Amino acid sequence: MRQRSPWFHALMIPFTLLWVAPMVFVLIVALRPFSDIVARGLSALPTTLSWEGFETALTTGGIGGALRNSAIVTVVAVVLSLFLASLAAYALSRFRIPGRTVILLLMLAGNLLPPQILLIPVAKITEALGIYDTLFALIIVQVGFGLGFYTFVLHGFMRALPNEVFEAARIDGAGPVRIYALIVLPLARPSLAALTALATTWIFNDLIWAMTVLRTEDNFPITAALLNLQGGFVSQWNVVAAGAVIAAIPTAVVFFIFQKQFVSGLLVGANK
Amino acid sequence: MTAPATAERPTSRWARAFRRVPWVVWVFLLVPLAVEAFWVFWPAMNSFSLSFTRWNGVGAAEPVGLGNYQDLMSDPTFQTALRNNVIWVIGFGGLSVVIGLALAVLLNRPGRGIGLYRAAIYLPMVFSLAVTGLFWRVLYSPDGLVNFSLDSLGLGALERQWLADPDVALYAVLVAAVWRQVGYIMVLYLAGLKGVDPALEEAAAMDGANRWQRFTRIVMPQLRSVNAVVFAVTVIDSLRTFDIVWAMTRGGPYNSTHLLSTYMFEQGFTLVNLGYGSAIAVVIFALAIVFIISYLVRSIRQEDAS
Repeated sequence: MRQRSPWFHALMIPFTLLWVAPMVFVLIVALRPFSDIVARGLSALPTTLSWEGFETALTTGGIGGALRNSAIVTVVAVVLSLFLASLAAYALSRFRIPGRTVILLLMLAGNLLPPQILLIPVAKITEALGIYDTLFALIIVQVGFGLGFYTFVLHGFMRALPNEVFEAARIDGAGPVRIYALIVLPLARPSLAALTALATTWIFNDLIWAMTVLRTEDNFPITAALLNLQGGFVSQWNVVAAGAVIAAIPTAVVFFIFQKQFVSGLLVGANK
Repeated sequence: MTAPATAERPTSRWARAFRRVPWVVWVFLLVPLAVEAFWVFWPAMNSFSLSFTRWNGVGAAEPVGLGNYQDLMSDPTFQTALRNNVIWVIGFGGLSVVIGLALAVLLNRPGRGIGLYRAAIYLPMVFSLAVTGLFWRVLYSPDGLVNFSLDSLGLGALERQWLADPDVALYAVLVAAVWRQVGYIMVLYLAGLKGVDPALEEAAAMDGANRWQRFTRIVMPQLRSVNAVVFAVTVIDSLRTFDIVWAMTRGGPYNSTHLLSTYMFEQGFTLVNLGYGSAIAVVIFALAIVFIISYLVRSIRQEDAS
């Protein structure tokens, strides 16, 4: 329908190349041996490639252990928060709980708060509970902070489910728990998938909560460990770049595999 | 759906609601609610009371009334942070919206290569802000890609230590943040453009409206709801921005790149001025709350409409 202009690709190809240039550059730096960078400068085209940067980052740089911490925190926090959010959303969307709109908006408001207003007390609370500097603290904080948003999105989805299904189940004698497990959860799979993609990147990418409740390097997730790496390997750009690339890979993979869910997740985020 | 069946006496309504909702459903609701209350609402309230004290985390907090807020008024770093945050909202928000919207309009068509362009542009969005910050530290390093490109283009005079120069460091960080944000804004607008009625645009074209007129008069008014979302998201995000600044400059050089959030973190955690840090957090909250409320009002309208 629209006129295809020859200028379109002439404009978009250079622009896109400019857009990906930072990523390509960092990848190249990560793959160069340190001696080569010292000898020929950071921006020179590589003549030799090596895994040296990656090896150093993963071992002495502590990125390997950090990756494991991030994986644990992300998996547990995503599963736990979506599970709790789905329970709350089910209760709020399918039952006549008094004041449910207010409760829902209050939960959402909690997620919209600037985290800064929570940081100092959260650190103090984890200290008082004796869980400061543990992965458990990071998980529970992530769950608490994300819950409101996930509940809101799932609520919107669950209340749109057709009533007939619930009537039929009720007539068959199914209680609320059975209806939740056998009907609501399977039907909510598309929105759960979108939220999983979104929550995974959010939690995996978080830095500020990790800096708030963790102190020991061994407990750091990848983001906090990266900042340490940057401090510890000043001017060893291949190591720093390799660390950044390692930290970028998991979310990039999630993105490419779940591109559709990811984009629809961003949109539920916007349409909330 | 939410309309009450009949007019009931208010006293019995609550009682009946409690009876009608099975107890297990109350558990379903109250457990998540309790988790959020304990980890979000309770700490938020604590920040308010902490902001009226002076406390280094040991012993008892010393009440100082509005002292912290008075100190903030005369604190030059706080003023820098506040000014930087204004620059950030306008620069970060403005640039990412203009570029994101332009790309969405350009890429809102079927065709070869479109998917590839879109994927390339929103790929940075999946990286964490910490990773983005590190990427750009490599790019901004003295002989990194930025200076190298300027040199190759014969613009060697513009070369500088981007992150060590107080005059440009904030903008250097801002460019990195925009690079990551554009894809997100583009996705939002692409979705909004799907809802634009092409018949209207064609009719306007028939009437002789040029591209720009069609865009400003026909397309933009139909994007009003996306605009509102983008505006709220951008302002709320700007006030939260922390990671990328911390990863790239930690507020330096000479405090020139502090945003309210990084200054709050430095005061609260690096210097352990818990009361003072809390007061900055309360300021951030006060600035954000207007936008949070407008966002919630929109949400409730959409809930009712759907």
